[in-house]
Amino acid sequence: MGPLAVNEIISENTNFFLAFIIGIGFGFVLESSGFSSSRKLAGVFYGYDMVVLKVFFTGAITAMLGLLFFSLFGWVDMDLVYVNPTFLTSAIIGGVIMGVGFIMGGYCPGTSFCGASIGKIDALLFIVGLFIGVSVFGAGYNWWDELYLSGFLGSPKVSESLGLSDGVFALILIVVALVMFWAAEWAEKKFPRQEY
Amino acid sequence: MTESTNTKRSKYLNPYLGGVLLGLVLLAANFIAGRGLGASGAIKSGVVTVVTAVNPHAGETSGFIREYQGAHGGSPMKSWLVFEMLGVLVGGFLSGALAGRLKFKVEHSPKITSARRLIFALSGGILFGFGSQLGRGCTSGSALSGMAVLSLGGFITMMAIFGTAFALAYFLRKNWI
Repeated sequence: MGPLAVNEIISENTNFFLAFIIGIGFGFVLESSGFSSSRKLAGVFYGYDMVVLKVFFTGAITAMLGLLFFSLFGWVDMDLVYVNPTFLTSAIIGGVIMGVGFIMGGYCPGTSFCGASIGKIDALLFIVGLFIGVSVFGAGYNWWDELYLSGFLGSPKVSESLGLSDGVFALILIVVALVMFWAAEWAEKKFPRQEY
Repeated sequence: MTESTNTKRSKYLNPYLGGVLLGLVLLAANFIAGRGLGASGAIKSGVVTVVTAVNPHAGETSGFIREYQGAHGGSPMKSWLVFEMLGVLVGGFLSGALAGRLKFKVEHSPKITSARRLIFALSGGILFGFGSQLGRGCTSGSALSGMAVLSLGGFITMMAIFGTAFALAYFLRKNWI
């Protein structure tokens, strides 16, 4: 059955239309969870507001479990679902640069669109920065294409790399998330909190 | 619960409920389109559109444009992520409108000026934009969506993003607390 677009159960244009609808859901959930506020987002790095950790890990685990069950029931063919490839060097260095951008700018790309949609001028400036950053990467591509393409490992699953089955890995991740949620609730009590 | 905490109830969704809903949106994306959510990819489409409009032969000289055109056929704006991000603007606006949060403002800590906040927002955006290209996706496309499909790279990028921001938080505390 799924993925519907890859199996040509729905047309390309229907897929684009549904992308727009999915985007509305994505934006609505992010904004109503408070991800349109940079000070609320940055709270995760100081302990005063752990909403990012709670929403992010609950979201990742919900989707991961959903896909594991959909695959088990034969509702989605995981061989046809895009699995992000792993380029070890650029995944780490790119992630580190994004981390610096996150603590400086207070947003990530998705949440900056969310902030801009309700009138945050700082989010709009962050988006202007995104366009500049992507353009700089593109313009100087020949300088860092070697770095960009190095450390290629294919598209391994984290469970395979750790020598675990998908189900066991999922269970461990859920336990880790529960411990982090407990720590998050503790941190929010310890550090003074304001509503932004 | 005291009366003051009752009246000061958070105006936001319960974060665990928000997370489950976010996960269901991400699950829907994978079930329908065979791919996860993303954000920085739409910016890339925008940049490629502008560059190829100014110079239709940019693909011959730029490895970046050539790589993009190799992976995506047709017009760069006719991309899944561009439609999805237009939806994000609509969805965010609707949620903000329903909750009474629509307002033009520069949000910053009382300890810093608006100008300082805007300079940091712009600089942070530049770094995030650059990093998202090197890392093949941002917090949405690489970290969140990658984790949902158990991608090793997704977990590594997630740890690098949050680990770095956490490690630097002390030096930038004035901006936030």
